[in-house]
Amino acid sequence: MAAASSSSLHATAAALHGVGAAASSKPRAAAPGARSVRVAAAARRSGSVRARGGMVARAAVAVTCLVFCIPFFFCGRLLHEVLLFEALREALIEEMKADPTVYVFGEDVGHYGGSYKVTKGLAEMFGDLRVLDTPIAENSFTGMGVGAAMKGLRPIIEGMNMGFLLLAYNQISNNCGMLHYTSGGQFKIPVVIRGPGGVGRQLGAEHSQRLESYFQSIPGLQMVACSTPYNAKGLMKAAIRSENPVVLFEHVLLYNLKEKIPDEEYICCLEDVEMVRPGEHVTILTYSRMRYHVMQAAKTQVNKGYDPEVIDIRSLKPFDLHTIGNSIKKTNRVLIVEECMRTGGIGASLRAAIIDNFWDYLDAPIMCLSSQDVPTPYAAPLEDATVVQPAQIVAAVEQICQ
Amino acid sequence: MVAAAVLRHLGAGTARRVVALPLTLSRGVSDSTEPLTVETSVPYKSHIVDPPAREVATTPRELVAFFRDMSVMRRFEIAADSLYKAKLIRGFCHLYDGQEAVAVGMEAATTRADAIITAYRDHCTYLARGGDIVAAFAELMGRRDGCSRGKGGSMHFYKKDANFYGGHGIVGAQAPLGCGLAFAHRYRKEDAVTFDLYGDGAANQGQLFEALNMAALWKLPAILVCENNHYGMGTAEWRASKSPDYYKRGDYVPGLKVDGMDVLAVKQACKFAKQHTLENGPIILEMDTYRYHGHSMSDPGSTYRTRDEIAGIRQERDPIERVRKLILTHDLSTSQELKDMEKEIRKQVDTAIAKAKESPMPDPSELFTNVYVNDCGLESFGVDRKEVTSVLP
Repeated sequence: MAAASSSSLHATAAALHGVGAAASSKPRAAAPGARSVRVAAAARRSGSVRARGGMVARAAVAVTCLVFCIPFFFCGRLLHEVLLFEALREALIEEMKADPTVYVFGEDVGHYGGSYKVTKGLAEMFGDLRVLDTPIAENSFTGMGVGAAMKGLRPIIEGMNMGFLLLAYNQISNNCGMLHYTSGGQFKIPVVIRGPGGVGRQLGAEHSQRLESYFQSIPGLQMVACSTPYNAKGLMKAAIRSENPVVLFEHVLLYNLKEKIPDEEYICCLEDVEMVRPGEHVTILTYSRMRYHVMQAAKTQVNKGYDPEVIDIRSLKPFDLHTIGNSIKKTNRVLIVEECMRTGGIGASLRAAIIDNFWDYLDAPIMCLSSQDVPTPYAAPLEDATVVQPAQIVAAVEQICQ
Repeated sequence: MVAAAVLRHLGAGTARRVVALPLTLSRGVSDSTEPLTVETSVPYKSHIVDPPAREVATTPRELVAFFRDMSVMRRFEIAADSLYKAKLIRGFCHLYDGQEAVAVGMEAATTRADAIITAYRDHCTYLARGGDIVAAFAELMGRRDGCSRGKGGSMHFYKKDANFYGGHGIVGAQAPLGCGLAFAHRYRKEDAVTFDLYGDGAANQGQLFEALNMAALWKLPAILVCENNHYGMGTAEWRASKSPDYYKRGDYVPGLKVDGMDVLAVKQACKFAKQHTLENGPIILEMDTYRYHGHSMSDPGSTYRTRDEIAGIRQERDPIERVRKLILTHDLSTSQELKDMEKEIRKQVDTAIAKAKESPMPDPSELFTNVYVNDCGLESFGVDRKEVTSVLP
């Protein structure tokens, strides 16, 4: 695929045509190949007009018009290239412009511009009250966000690293998740809690945490994980607009992914999966950074003659069992690849949900590749061994497809 | 004589109210609005701020209303005690009797545009904010017509339309929430304040100081009210706090120590605090108060304090008796009329209980409602979605 990006991690983006993406009214940009077909058709049309002879002048006008019109065929498809953190920022800017009750706060989000530049420039645009630098007090500033949400504002709470939000666990679980229920529906808490998590490059145990498993049991929360600039922007916008509290998991290593995203406004559905690569032999369910390890492994698998179906589950709570189930009905084999901890992780819940609902369709036991249940070590080879690597995924597919 | 006429009007008014409306707290029952000045029982103690005057302006109508409102609250809590012992109320039940002056005095100094948030000892604060007494009893008994539809319980009373934000079970967790409410006031440029209540036990929570720092930094209109009843469950304040001067704990935040058993002192302090905070940012009010019951119904309340102490406070500092004395001294009513009022209130509370008992248990489907806001037709509570797709508006 002639995708415009140079990053190998980005190779799959051009192949995307997601179920989730269809939630927006216009379909996502067609792959570049399709675009070239359209241009060729326009050229053919103009060629046939020219062939009529004696109408050269009219034909020339028509051609000129077409040449000018071609860009307008794509006015639904004008794209611009962004990095993932820029996509998140675009989403923030658009939503903050549209709704004055939306505001962002967290440590160093304002004047510093955000530790991963997601909020760079926003303080100049919207002022210090709407892009608020907080002291280092996760528990209470998360609580303040919940209180403000009870009173009708729409805060976006940034944890500088997801791991720091463990300090705010009480507020997230008891207040954020439960207030809508314990008040009998009187208060809604439309907060977005976001931040980078996951294993980075030798950041050490406390800064390499995956909190999906910790938050997934909290009733009342929704959880999504973004993995591409396209779905990062779409999910951020959807999360801001949602009336429920949404935890948006970003990944430290994915902020510099490059992709072309549409100029026009779009939103991704919070509860849908994204079909990354349709296939026939095995359903691979993954999310966040592991998507790229899976796609890397998929290249090897395809060479070996396997045809994996890769689904980025995106919505970690609730799972889109509808689409996942349809895939399982087709392939009858499931491999889950996640960065979450093995114990009580997203994979564990997903396995249980699949067994409950789709047992009859399984031809093989569900395999789940997760991170090891250890604090992430500092040393590079040990850190690599903590998370799932493409070689392991290839081996797992071979094993499951026997 | 005037007072008798006043109280006949009062009696008639309440009788009408019983028939037409569920019992709610009222203000302005008495007719007379002639100003009356009363001195607070003890002077205020202050920290980096000039205290308000000890002379409090009030009216006979207001005093009678105070008496009435506090008596309703007292009756409510005693009735809740009996219901708990009859096993109609289960779980935790934290009673407020003895502390009524704080709720009533605060309400007299605020408008419904101001927000109030408190911890789990919230029955009377809910009533003060205009909460329906039948809905309160129904919630305690876990019935469908409860103020939180039976799903919250004693510790989760809320009233959104009166800006009452609950009702929180985890000690101290409401402190940052209250500062968040104050933040929303400031964000929206509203001319309103938030009363953020917590206890002497919660005064040692880190998140309180975190929130206080942010409130002071951003000059949020937050009034932090420490209801110091001197015991954090079973631990006396001198055993839990190095410095039991909670009004001084704010360091750079001004504070005021108020006699929390004197409803007029509370009213004056809250009025002062409201004015102060709108201009200068947060202030701490320490209400020196007392609870007659134990921490909750499972605590007899006498293992860590003596019965003499409890009886002594009841004798000398009871908030209702103080107002009764004021009313009698200023000849606003006779003793018999006040007793009649109390009897009337007792009957009304009993009627409310009977009505609440008639309310059925919540429907089983209520187990799954209000987990999420069904804005996009999303109906999911566990890992699997019940709806196939949801479309954003």
